[in-house]
Amino acid sequence: MAILVIAELDGQLKADTAKVVQAAQAIGGDVHLLVAGQQVADAAQAGAALAGVTQVLVADDARFEHGLAENLADLIVSLGRDYSHILAAASAQGKDALPRAAALLDVSMLSDVVAVESADTFIRPIYAGNAMATVQSLDAIKVMTIRTAAFDAVGEQAAAPVVAASGGADTGLTQFVGLERIESERPELGAARVVVSGGRGVGSGENFALIEALADTLGGAVGASRAAVDAGFVPNDYQVGQTGKIVAPELYVAVGISGAIQHLAGMKDSKVIVAINKDPEAPIFQVADYGLEADLFEVLPQLTAQLA
Amino acid sequence: MKILVPVKRVVDANVKVRVKADESAVELANLKMALNPFCEIAVEEAVRLKEQGKATEVVVVTIGPKAAQEQLRTAMALGADRAIHVETDEELVPLSIAKLLNAVVQKEQPELVLLGKQSIDGDNNQTGQMLAALMGAAQATFASKLEVSDGGVQVVREIDGGLQTVQVKLPAVITADLRLNEPRYASLPNIMKAKRKPLDTLSVEALGVTLGQHQKVLKVSAPSERKAGVMVGSVEELVDKLKNEAKVV
Repeated sequence: MAILVIAELDGQLKADTAKVVQAAQAIGGDVHLLVAGQQVADAAQAGAALAGVTQVLVADDARFEHGLAENLADLIVSLGRDYSHILAAASAQGKDALPRAAALLDVSMLSDVVAVESADTFIRPIYAGNAMATVQSLDAIKVMTIRTAAFDAVGEQAAAPVVAASGGADTGLTQFVGLERIESERPELGAARVVVSGGRGVGSGENFALIEALADTLGGAVGASRAAVDAGFVPNDYQVGQTGKIVAPELYVAVGISGAIQHLAGMKDSKVIVAINKDPEAPIFQVADYGLEADLFEVLPQLTAQLA
Repeated sequence: MKILVPVKRVVDANVKVRVKADESAVELANLKMALNPFCEIAVEEAVRLKEQGKATEVVVVTIGPKAAQEQLRTAMALGADRAIHVETDEELVPLSIAKLLNAVVQKEQPELVLLGKQSIDGDNNQTGQMLAALMGAAQATFASKLEVSDGGVQVVREIDGGLQTVQVKLPAVITADLRLNEPRYASLPNIMKAKRKPLDTLSVEALGVTLGQHQKVLKVSAPSERKAGVMVGSVEELVDKLKNEAKVV
């Protein structure tokens, strides 16, 4: 029994890959890492040094350059029949390509696995985290994406062997046109260690500067509730919640957010939650580890100053 | 261009679900049900394409119990022309749903299939990708903008850390992200009109698809509760707790 892990690349090997390898180790067995892309020799070397990886398969070809699902899924299918498990991070790439590969292999799939019970039984959240399903896979090949926030990264080892892999065709179904990177000094919302979010209570887009100042002081990302997005204070890719992003940072600071179910669904797995709200009855205080009943306009500048 | 929009009936996004006492499933009796929010966005986009003269017909399809016809009526009130209901009371995994949808695609021959990126009950985010695989078609997931041109669609996709633009050949499967559009509300006259729009019912057998057993849900449990927190009296106290007790700053 061997496990195939699909590496996450962003020019280099992304840190999430080491967390997926951890999940593979929890299942048990040889772990092979597939690194597909163009000019990925460095990423392959970095992958070979991840503890537990016994072999790295490198598919270095222009058709994998932009991680397009059609070509990547074809490659995964051509290699995948030799494996008992195929794992990828529950990232944009993993969510895009893996279901396609699973359908081509005629097997079902498990999304966003947070715990491994045994080689065929896994736990995953449903209903935006309001319930946890323990699911047994009956398929010969178990295909799944891993919620990386639920696993630690593996350490380092002496490099495993790296071999070239080929397979799959250039489907030519989709052409890459362009990529617009969101240039931000701040960390990505989904991967940030600290998230500071504002809600309707912040009052306006200009006032969000207070939220941003605190986020920058803590080296965190800025989030928002749907109310703040709908009111036009911030763009909607800031939205944390059931229909926005689901985050699980070490520290989540909710400012002027009442704590509606849909918002809680997106952040209640955070390690420490701080709520600042002037309404003592706000539901957010029921999930907050530390609550401060106060006017955010008075306390935010103080908080930022004291943490600086 | 004919557009097929698969939609799903789910628990209303504002309802907090509870797990059954025997941990067999989530308690769904008597809960308010609605059209999955991402499906609403897909329907809205299809209707907009029709209003721009780029689509000729918008067909909505759902797979589920009889009650799911309510959501098909909702989709028609939003502007879809007709509906197909594949009736089944079974809980199906996305692969089975994709196989049934693929059979509907073979019958209807749409150029474009528009879905939501995920349903808010199963949270799988698989059906569109699996359908594209079975169709042998191009896919563009997490779409936040799309533009139909000759022979294809240019799609802006929300990916980690940015926006990726791709050109997909038709037929294609596109899944809608939250940013694609702001769905409209159904007006009362349109709700009345939707009652007279055609709705065909099909059985799983009639589609000639054999579905396998792929997964078994052993248990559905409540997530671990957070332990009660404390209220602090001042900013100083909060900073002290964060530094010395929680050790997160």
